[in-house]
Amino acid sequence: MIARKTLALAMTGLMLAAAPVLAQPTEIRIGVALEPPALDPTAGAAEAIDVVVYQNIFEGLVRIDQTGAVQPGLAESWTISDEGLTYRFKLREGVTFHDGTSFDAEDVKFTFARLLAEDSVNAQKALYTAISDVSAIDPTTVEFTLSRPDGLFLFNLGRGDAVIVAPESAGNNAAEPIGTGPFAFIQWDRGSRVVLEQYGPYWGEKPALTKATYMFISDTATMTNALLAGDVDGTNNFAAEALAVFENNPQFKVLVGSTEGETILATNNRREPFSDLKVRQAMAHALDRQEIIEGATYGYGVPIGTHFAPHHPYYLDLTNTYPHDVEAARALLAEAGYADGFSATLKLPPVAYARLSGQIIASQFAEVGISLELVNMEWAQWLEDVFANKDFDLTIISHVEPFDIGIYANPDYYFGYDNPEVQALNETLNATTDEAERKRLAQEIQTIIARDAVNGYLFELAQTGVWNAKLEGMWQNAPVEGVVLRDIRWVE
Amino acid sequence: MGVSPMTLFLLRRIAGFAVTLFVAALIIFLLLDLLPGDPARFILGINATPEAVAALRAQMGLDAPAHERFLNWIGGMLRGDFGISSTQRLAVSELIAERMAVTLPLTMIAMVVSVVVGLPIGILAAMRRGKATDTALMVLAQTGVAVPNFWFGMLLTLVFAVTLRWLPTGGFIPWDEDAGAALRGLVLPGLALALPQASILARVMRTALVDVAEQDFIRTARAKGMTKSEAIWRHGVRNALLPVLTILGLQFAYLIAGTIIVENVFYLPGLGRLIFTAISERDLVLVRGATIVLVVATTATMLLVDLCYGLVDPRLRRQGA
Repeated sequence: MIARKTLALAMTGLMLAAAPVLAQPTEIRIGVALEPPALDPTAGAAEAIDVVVYQNIFEGLVRIDQTGAVQPGLAESWTISDEGLTYRFKLREGVTFHDGTSFDAEDVKFTFARLLAEDSVNAQKALYTAISDVSAIDPTTVEFTLSRPDGLFLFNLGRGDAVIVAPESAGNNAAEPIGTGPFAFIQWDRGSRVVLEQYGPYWGEKPALTKATYMFISDTATMTNALLAGDVDGTNNFAAEALAVFENNPQFKVLVGSTEGETILATNNRREPFSDLKVRQAMAHALDRQEIIEGATYGYGVPIGTHFAPHHPYYLDLTNTYPHDVEAARALLAEAGYADGFSATLKLPPVAYARLSGQIIASQFAEVGISLELVNMEWAQWLEDVFANKDFDLTIISHVEPFDIGIYANPDYYFGYDNPEVQALNETLNATTDEAERKRLAQEIQTIIARDAVNGYLFELAQTGVWNAKLEGMWQNAPVEGVVLRDIRWVE
Repeated sequence: MGVSPMTLFLLRRIAGFAVTLFVAALIIFLLLDLLPGDPARFILGINATPEAVAALRAQMGLDAPAHERFLNWIGGMLRGDFGISSTQRLAVSELIAERMAVTLPLTMIAMVVSVVVGLPIGILAAMRRGKATDTALMVLAQTGVAVPNFWFGMLLTLVFAVTLRWLPTGGFIPWDEDAGAALRGLVLPGLALALPQASILARVMRTALVDVAEQDFIRTARAKGMTKSEAIWRHGVRNALLPVLTILGLQFAYLIAGTIIVENVFYLPGLGRLIFTAISERDLVLVRGATIVLVVATTATMLLVDLCYGLVDPRLRRQGA
């Protein structure tokens, strides 16, 4: 720690001694850790895709704003029928795609036919299966018919997975994305950077930036150097352990915000001994969230007691359902017939928060007699073993989908929680459009899953951005995945 | 028969080259097939429906039996078609060519620097054998071998990029956009890669020269009135080049494939990072194509080194060994 502080001070000294950074009034270079595998947000789940394209190159009928609220996008207004089954959108006029072709109702129809087709490779197709028909009433009016009410329908239309694409260009979007957004794709030097430039004929308000370059820098020390040297102007989510260098440096600002990532100790409810409620309760008592947050996120995570984002209006604070209590944990284990504890494996994907939390949890569990074997895995293997084949005892993972409590109503989901009561409540929730009633139902589900200790609820991942102090307009929170450029600007 | 020993020598080497390639291709294919993890599931993530995953698998041609996919791959390569990357949806040959525009010049810079720095140091140390200069140079070389190249790279960045701001911290501007900037981007990583290589070369050169210095022909040369330095310079260096050539060949192969950590430190779009990302994303078509290119590069380098032996040492030519 002392060494880190000394280094930070030394670097601050270096920065102050260095020549002043030249102001670049309209261009920005953003460092991001992961390079997207392709640039089509409708054909892949990688967050790195949305970081580059969402609301910059591509737009949906609606868009999600910084607070997570739904705002008009390519649709300027809409009406919803009383039973919540018909949505009629009025589209903007004078919108063009970056290749010059015009946008109209047929593009919307095409987008959703492609998304819902038999051979669709949309990673979130399941979110849109309530759509039974999309019809173009006239060039600027589209009507969606749903087979069942869906309280999240508008929000889901605002996701990167449902951006509007054109039949002329959709097939090439992976390599050369063509959308309607304020920035057009210029070039992609693979392994290095993606360059976007302001799209002149954009229908809406012009952004302050004329050019944005995303630079792919996966190494934390390298990113630190690139920021300090002024080779990049900011990064949207930087490793928490490296923030100390920038926190007291007046040339930078550190933005700490929330994400939609509920980080959980996912537990295989199908397997013994985890199928026993008492065992799960004992594990919940054995967890010391504060210690995990300090150790795994350098204090930036927010504790959660259930599977819900703390900044959401429906959130219920349930962190005290099973407070940290070693004695209670031991007693519950004895009651369940595991007075001498048991052994289990904890499979860890290759992300810092999981690897670090894993070690801390293993030591916390050891205190109550549960001995964990830590197994490190890479993503592809984790997806196959844990997620697809459900071959695991415990794992640590952040669920980054917004409003994803519905996964507790799916008994086939990887953690295998099968509770008809929650399934019924979730069905009612999906079919309810009344806000107050939705909140009541969501909170009831939150309470049940917390009480059932389905998984170990650890913390909400933070978004920790580091930016040049002269930049403004970056999103502090991440209600959806993306780095939205439209409001970013240089100020003196 | 009328086949000269040199032709025989060549034919043997080339046949060995072809067999190595085929065996390597088979091993690469089998290993990648055994690797756990479904490429389609990786691309679509945890919320994808099984139908979407199945559709993508079919699109990627993963549902054909293994032998069919192997034959398709080999057949494609013989026609110059390396396939389409499953994640990036682009021709593998194009992706590899893009990366070679970074990796090859970087390798060349590192090789040239290490030869220009390493060989003279080795020769000087051998000539001053046992003296203080020798000891000092060899301590230096030992340190150079021990320092990890990525750490040296970070040190260079801190001094020349963060503090002095003479050079960028990393990144790569394509040659056709700004060749000067492209070259500037390769200076620090080139130096970082060259340091351990130069140190190894210096040590090998010194040892080889010291060995040669004890040979009879050097004694003869000295008996004819040459000074020790003259004898080493005129007769020793050429004879000491054989082990150095071997090391150079190995270094070239290592630099082509083994620069991944330095590429990460300097965020360069090189071949090493391409392969690393492709493996973690289960882009099997790309991994296969890129590794086979590496196998070709390595075996071709070895073939070249063998032929150079023939040039440096006429005895090998005559024996056809």
